[in-house]
Amino acid sequence: MSGEPSGSPEILTGAEITCRSLEDAGATTVFGYPGGAVIPLYDALPSSTLHHVLVRFEQWAGLAADAYARVTGEVGVCIATSGPGATNLVTALANAQLDSVPMVAVTGQVTQSLIGRDGFQEVDITGVSLPVTKHNYLVQRPEDIAPTIKEAFYLAKSGRPGPVLVDIPKNVFVAKAEYNFPTRVGRKSYQPTTKPNIRQVRLAAEEIARAKKPLIMAGHGIILSGAEAEFQQFAEKTGIPVIYTLLGLGAMSELHPLSLGLMGMHGHRHVNRALEECDLLINIGARFDDRATGRLSGFAPNARVVHVDIDPAEIGKNVETHVPVVGDAREALLMLLEEVSEGNHDTWMSWIDGQRNRVLEAALEDRPEWPEPYSIVKAIAEATDREAIVTTDVGQHQMWAAQQLGIKHGRRWITSGGLGTMGYGLPSAIGAKLGRPDLEVWTIVGDGGFQMSFNELATAVQENLDINIAIINNGYLGMVRQWQDLFHNHNYSEVRISAPDFIRLAESFGATGIRVTTDDAIKPAIEKARSIKGPVVIEFVVEPEANVYPMVPPGGSNSEMVHDPQWTALEEDI
Amino acid sequence: MQHAHTLAVLVEDQPGVLNRVVSLLRRRSFNIDSITVGHSEQPGMSRMTLVVRGEDNEVEQATKQLYKLLEVMKVTDLPESEAITREMVMVKVAAKGQSRAEILQLVQVYGARVLDATPNTLMIEATGDEHQIDSFLTMMRVFGIREMVRSGKIAMSRTSAGTRSKADVSTNGVYAAAD
Repeated sequence: MSGEPSGSPEILTGAEITCRSLEDAGATTVFGYPGGAVIPLYDALPSSTLHHVLVRFEQWAGLAADAYARVTGEVGVCIATSGPGATNLVTALANAQLDSVPMVAVTGQVTQSLIGRDGFQEVDITGVSLPVTKHNYLVQRPEDIAPTIKEAFYLAKSGRPGPVLVDIPKNVFVAKAEYNFPTRVGRKSYQPTTKPNIRQVRLAAEEIARAKKPLIMAGHGIILSGAEAEFQQFAEKTGIPVIYTLLGLGAMSELHPLSLGLMGMHGHRHVNRALEECDLLINIGARFDDRATGRLSGFAPNARVVHVDIDPAEIGKNVETHVPVVGDAREALLMLLEEVSEGNHDTWMSWIDGQRNRVLEAALEDRPEWPEPYSIVKAIAEATDREAIVTTDVGQHQMWAAQQLGIKHGRRWITSGGLGTMGYGLPSAIGAKLGRPDLEVWTIVGDGGFQMSFNELATAVQENLDINIAIINNGYLGMVRQWQDLFHNHNYSEVRISAPDFIRLAESFGATGIRVTTDDAIKPAIEKARSIKGPVVIEFVVEPEANVYPMVPPGGSNSEMVHDPQWTALEEDI
Repeated sequence: MQHAHTLAVLVEDQPGVLNRVVSLLRRRSFNIDSITVGHSEQPGMSRMTLVVRGEDNEVEQATKQLYKLLEVMKVTDLPESEAITREMVMVKVAAKGQSRAEILQLVQVYGARVLDATPNTLMIEATGDEHQIDSFLTMMRVFGIREMVRSGKIAMSRTSAGTRSKADVSTNGVYAAAD
């Protein structure tokens, strides 16, 4: 930690230093919940420029900060008190860690003299959060707060982004020190590589020149490095079709002719078949997660593998890689663009096109009687011209949305990928709206996930946020029910879930509620929600036992995907 | 092939660094045979010697994960041919009557040292590589070991070759990278 002071030194309390440091680090909005150890911090908060969003549960503060970071590209900030406040953040830290989201969590700690003595609301949060943070700190002196926060922001955002926790004892918030916010930060032991080795880039270009059936696997790294434009240029120049991981959706418009859609466990049939057939797989910014790859021994069995990743530890971790390119996705793409020549893969593209499930696609055009999940997802996409931010909870609705929304832009598809955190939907919509008030925000949730976090309706109303919440209500914990249906002999164990009256629930919070039970009512309800100020809850009552297809059975390879019996029978006729 | 790798790890001497290293290896299911920590030649830096058991690619993964810890400066996977390794053992052996003389003779043969004596026991210190220590202990067991403590392995490379700093990992991508 080094650097010159950025102004004339002032003597401030640790709490004031914390607020000033957050401001100087660029934070404008923070999500938090007060409590004993952070009372001094909350004492200083009103005099700062920070907009504090009072959540109803610390975990949702963390997830709102996570979504705020995903839509803005800035570091998300959350605050919690010691003990239970801090442990409630753990899920959100893990969520940000697995999805490489830049986040800084500030937690209060008990007074230093009580540390290690099991003080009231004492938890060793640096110990607890060790495996779910990129790094963490226990600050011991008020003069260390500013350099620590500076470094925390730098770590959170640079290299492979991730969450950083800063734990500050109560008496350190109260003690005074000179305020000096460092202008520079540097640690010899932390030097992420952003610029790839040119030799590796050339090897990758040679592979691309040789390949007959190449495929690009687009990951979150492209969006994190802000490389959407360069990525599209690369795909267009080489003419290589693009498949997406769950978090890679938005790296390029799904409406682009080279876009094939979602891969993996619930990926499209033509995408997983292309994976099986391809002779070169170029992974840019994805970590070969098991939900994307399926059984590794059957993953892209005929392909040479190029892997672009900023984290050297990801190379070869899951999939044997022939050409590793370590660096920032944007830097790598800029260098690749110099090295690759114009290409076109029409024959390969038309082969892939022949693998599409046309029966399903045609069926989606005919609206059924009851509100069908795909119809709801498509209606939201069409009503918003795919310009809105859409966040999701976790489960069947998340997969239906990932398959059929058609994401046009990076940072507008916000979902919990690696951790699969139920309850993410509403808090992520709150974080997204506060991060991008200029954009329309929707969240698609299930009746299960929504019941985990609907207390945040109070936050959304208090902040007067224009967010629309689409509940896909099938009365089940649908994804678990689907597994029990398909892989556990239809043994439905603890998946039937009741719900409150969502309309009256919404109204009791001061939000608007709309119920949709027929297909005809989908579009009018969506339009009505868009016209209403403040949070709107639309409950779509759907068929209870619809499954998400295709599906790769757990432990299976992507080529072993199971199709909807409804559409497979017909498929052979065409 | 599954075998023991000796990793020399240079770390910043910060609170909790040992915890970070051990926690990382545990949560990623790497097997540690032994771990030793102490000051290094550089002020503010400690050197750890880790003996990690696993396939070559697993140990490579462990190395790369270790580099992600902020406090880790340098990880060196010491090949057996290039590394000098030492362990120390302190052992309290039953030593009465005639066996006392036999033990003292073995102490000389192994270049060990007597630290303390009582009418019934001898406390002996021995250093050497793993095999020498194992062999010494086999001999001492004949007389009856009352108490024993082993230090775990420390190691040093004969040359500086084979050392990879963070910068090397970054530039080359990975060790397997063709260059």
